Amino acid sequence: MEQNNYKGWLYLLPAIAFLGVFMVYPLVDVFVYSFEEGYNSASQTFFGTGLYNYAYVLHDPYFLQAVKNTLILVAITVPVSTGLALLISVGLSSIQKLKDLFQTVYFLPYVTNTLAVGLVFMILFKKTPYTDGLVNLIIGLFGGKSIDFIDGPYWAKMFVLCFYTVWVVMPFKILILTSALASVNQDYYNAARVDGTSKLRIFGRITLPMISPMIFYLVITGFIGAFKAYSDAVAIFGTNLNAAEMNTIVGYVYDMLYGDSGGYPSYASAAAIILFAIVLTITCINLMISKRSVHY
Amino acid sequence: MGNQTDFERIEKAARTRQIILKTVTYLLLGIWAVMVLFPFYWMILTSVKSYSVYNSEYIPSFFTLSPTLQNYADAFTAVPLARYFLNTLVFTLVTTAVMLAVITLAAFAFSRLEFRGKNLVFTLFLALMMIPTELVIITNYATITSWGLRNSFPGLILPSVTSVFYIYLLRENFAQIPDELYYAAKVDGTSDLKYLLRVMIPICRPTLITVTILKVIECWNSYVWPRLITDDASYFLVSNGIQEIRENGFGRENIPAMMAAVVVISVPLIVLFLIFRRKVMEGVSRGGTKG
Repeated sequence: MEQNNYKGWLYLLPAIAFLGVFMVYPLVDVFVYSFEEGYNSASQTFFGTGLYNYAYVLHDPYFLQAVKNTLILVAITVPVSTGLALLISVGLSSIQKLKDLFQTVYFLPYVTNTLAVGLVFMILFKKTPYTDGLVNLIIGLFGGKSIDFIDGPYWAKMFVLCFYTVWVVMPFKILILTSALASVNQDYYNAARVDGTSKLRIFGRITLPMISPMIFYLVITGFIGAFKAYSDAVAIFGTNLNAAEMNTIVGYVYDMLYGDSGGYPSYASAAAIILFAIVLTITCINLMISKRSVHY
Repeated sequence: MGNQTDFERIEKAARTRQIILKTVTYLLLGIWAVMVLFPFYWMILTSVKSYSVYNSEYIPSFFTLSPTLQNYADAFTAVPLARYFLNTLVFTLVTTAVMLAVITLAAFAFSRLEFRGKNLVFTLFLALMMIPTELVIITNYATITSWGLRNSFPGLILPSVTSVFYIYLLRENFAQIPDELYYAAKVDGTSDLKYLLRVMIPICRPTLITVTILKVIECWNSYVWPRLITDDASYFLVSNGIQEIRENGFGRENIPAMMAAVVVISVPLIVLFLIFRRKVMEGVSRGGTKG
């Protein structure tokens, strides 16, 4: 037993060492950073402790812009992507022909590099001196006026960002919902059909309740993912997100840490902790709602 | 007689409705398939248009009659794309290999070995699953910088070689292996390590493959950490490379060459996916995130 004791820890040693250095210690350290005022990364000194970093971040117009952008992004992409994925999954599970092909195609965005494909989206939407870009030509076809989606008005840029985010997150949601739909016991449907229940009613009374745990799982992970949006925005608008007015909260954290406006780990820490608090609150609210309305 | 026609009429209406529903379903699925595929088509198309053709098209054409591979040559010569590619390959392989070793050992300890404090440590591990990367990345950046590991492979790799979630996934799988096998092996005088390598790993290969696939996808696409820790282009991964190409490479207007680079970066994972389609999709539905 004694020898076994020491052996168990030996096997765990690499994992504990890595987690200790790169997760547990940073977790403590980030709170320490966030309370150290006027921290200087060059000399590693600071001249006080308190809530100044939080106050600074909360009054920084760039941070407020980032919060606004992130909230809009979350409010639009989570319902749209979940609803669309539900629609597509229901369609997908009602067909037999071409099902495999569709499933494979729908999954492609998951295995692509977000930064690389974002460039393609930028080109499709961008207006340059040489060309209006494909999307604008299509708008023109319907008699609309061309807009610069990449350097133009705020709502146009937000539209592209939301569009791309939905495109990127759809594969995961379709996959989860399709397998959830496939696992609903066929007996329920047969029983309903014997009773002559209409299709819409079957969907509302059987399908939705049966897959509601998975829908809520997707809503919760969707919220968390959308709050952490960053690379999608970089992919489309480039690294200087503040100039494009398209920064996100995570982007603000990284900009504070590194790059042209960087060198302020204290502000970055305060912003990261605020983000974590927001995500935690939203997740708790989600869980409370799901306890009440999800059928298990 | 009247009853008969009524019945026929109802049946016919039902069939029409069925056909309409089917058509609408296929139409909807088809539209989304086009939405997904179009960007891929557009990037391949643009990458084979020559620079002058592309820039002279005010209305971009949907096909090209004179495809050229010049852009691919440019992508490999004008910018160090091969370098980015190689870096990413090394980063992905080493990170995945080291992580597999670390999590296998940990999962083995949690599922097979008995020692004091095991349950406490396991609970602590599970608690760590809730910690988002954004919260710890700030200190990790400071740590790696103070160790002088910026612009180096260890600096890129070290923070991402453990994953509590994968340890958990693997432990659950290890725990399903019946104890009798272990005792039988013990009677035969097999050491713990040998038992792990010869019995447990082969039995749990599907889970290990799942973890490998997920990690490879994650590594190939990782952007944030490499961006923080490298500013020397000879250590860039493909994500940072493409960002660099976009902002400084080729001159900003050479979009066909840029698209050639995008195609080159996208192809490996797509090929990998098409080969291991079932495995990838099964793996992602078991343990994937992203969105």
